[in-house]
Amino acid sequence: MSQQFTPNNPLPQEAKVPDEIAVFSPEVEAEIDRHLAKYPVRRSAILPLMFIVQRERGGHLDPPGVAYLADRLGVRITDIWEVATFYSMINTEPVGRYHFQICKTLSCKILGANRITKHCAERLGIKPGETTGDGMFSLSEVECLGSCGTAPMMQIGFDYYENLTTEKVDDIINKCRGGELPNGVR
Amino acid sequence: MFIGAIGCEPLQLRRVHLENSRSLDVYRKNGGYEALRKVLDSMSPADVIEEVKRSALRGRGGAGFPTGMKWGFVPKDSPKPKYVVCNADESEPGTFKDRYLMERDPHLLVEGMLIAAYALGARTNYVYTRGEYRYLIEIMDAALAEARAAGLLGEKILGTDFSAEIYTHTGAGAYICGEETALLNSLEGLRGHPRMKPPFPAVAGLYGCPTVVNNVETLTAVPDIILMGGDAYKALGTEKSGGTKLWSVSGHVNRPGVYELPMGYDDMERFIMEDCQGITGGRQLKAVIPGGSSVYIMPASDIVGKDVRMDYEGLVAAGSSVGSGGFIVMDDTVDVFESTKNLTEFYKHESCGWCTPCREGTDWLVKVFKRIEAGGGRPDDAQLLLDIVDNIEGKSFCPLGDAASWPIQSAIKKFPEDFRRRLARESPNGGGTKEGLPTA
Repeated sequence: MSQQFTPNNPLPQEAKVPDEIAVFSPEVEAEIDRHLAKYPVRRSAILPLMFIVQRERGGHLDPPGVAYLADRLGVRITDIWEVATFYSMINTEPVGRYHFQICKTLSCKILGANRITKHCAERLGIKPGETTGDGMFSLSEVECLGSCGTAPMMQIGFDYYENLTTEKVDDIINKCRGGELPNGVR
Repeated sequence: MFIGAIGCEPLQLRRVHLENSRSLDVYRKNGGYEALRKVLDSMSPADVIEEVKRSALRGRGGAGFPTGMKWGFVPKDSPKPKYVVCNADESEPGTFKDRYLMERDPHLLVEGMLIAAYALGARTNYVYTRGEYRYLIEIMDAALAEARAAGLLGEKILGTDFSAEIYTHTGAGAYICGEETALLNSLEGLRGHPRMKPPFPAVAGLYGCPTVVNNVETLTAVPDIILMGGDAYKALGTEKSGGTKLWSVSGHVNRPGVYELPMGYDDMERFIMEDCQGITGGRQLKAVIPGGSSVYIMPASDIVGKDVRMDYEGLVAAGSSVGSGGFIVMDDTVDVFESTKNLTEFYKHESCGWCTPCREGTDWLVKVFKRIEAGGGRPDDAQLLLDIVDNIEGKSFCPLGDAASWPIQSAIKKFPEDFRRRLARESPNGGGTKEGLPTA
């Protein structure tokens, strides 16, 4: 790459460059520095940094967060979007505080994943791919999460909930509503 | 869920049930880091590679490539830095063994990686873990910090001239990143597209430098190979498949879990019916996918009474392969048309989009499956699926296309009745009422 386009050095032609860059606390900056120190090439830290920015920006990569990443990693805005849109765990749209991700792949499927999804949909009043109006819950069906021996299962944030039954799901939803469960974002 | 060994003394799983098995203290009290000590005290890097070659250890991630040979491809005289990368992107449907190895015995992986780093002359090394396994990254980070504080990681390890660092790295949800060149692209901060081979990673891998990418189960086998010797390790298994193998058992069995079996365990029927305690609800076995979703499906008739030997050669002879050891058992309630559709949707979702045969082909496969499921099956649809598969298999840029093809080929061949019923619109799910549905 001969030239790096960043918010400080934007594209010569008109392009959509966010006018705002996200700002983070010294603690978060130190966390980011620790990741950058692992690699001889800064760009390698793009995924760990995306998780941090996503966490700090309310659950998804927004344009100021993307501008921050481009600036911090010395790459173009488009490089950030290019990577962000490839990985399913990087959210480019807002998601609910509790993101129910139910595994739908074979082992979970034959042990009742559909029943769990249907139950969640009924209890939360949303279909897979939707978020509740209050921004509290999102529901997704996802591919194999490596929990086949404890199927059916789901992930909320970064936490696994295994050997699910409809009763367990009810308990989880109640605990989320009561603020007793961590939302797993870290 | 069961975790343990059957038919042999537990080797890779021997510490998993100890209290505080994650801690450095427990690990060291149970033989931990003795292999590293032995390597640093008395072996040259070439000795280590030779020992791994003698062990007949083959890559446990799925491809089964001989590990010692892979290590031997790294040029000795290259002035570039070298890297060892652990592939902990465990995403093959039905596979969850690496997860428990890392959760219960993280120092075993640290030790295995350090021995590999010594053998290959690597200074900086990475554990690439799938993003969903965040809790394992936290466990690994804690183990690495413990090792660093104890002088087992960093500068002058155990007081010798050997220095090496290991860092954790997170993926972010992409099956393709389990393919080693896609993993390297992802580790360089790019989209996880596979790279053209050659050059192989051993010559030009991470940052264009010589790199070895090994699965968690492969690297965690190394300390025992060093301690007992390659020949003794090999003798646990068979001539061509050395040592033990972890099988992740899921689906309709009474006792799912991670089973460590000697290579060549005889036979698969006994394994399912006795070791895994049979089929849930006393139902009949219908099919097994023995090596993760990407291998040929086996009907019960190829297993029951057939003395199928569970190793690389035995499973190929029985019409499938070891793959990742993700052992999915299905009873007679499963419609193989539906299970194959489920896996095809997986491959469509996980196709990285880089090459046309895989990107377009998997999409078309899902469209055809959906049309048939909705009752729009036609008599020649089985052939149509095979034709599409024929345009993917062997023509895609990386093995993901092949992996998407094999389940369909084997399902149509081994379970023609499940497909015929759909295509003749006799399906139990109301097929046969809707005429000529659009294919999109």
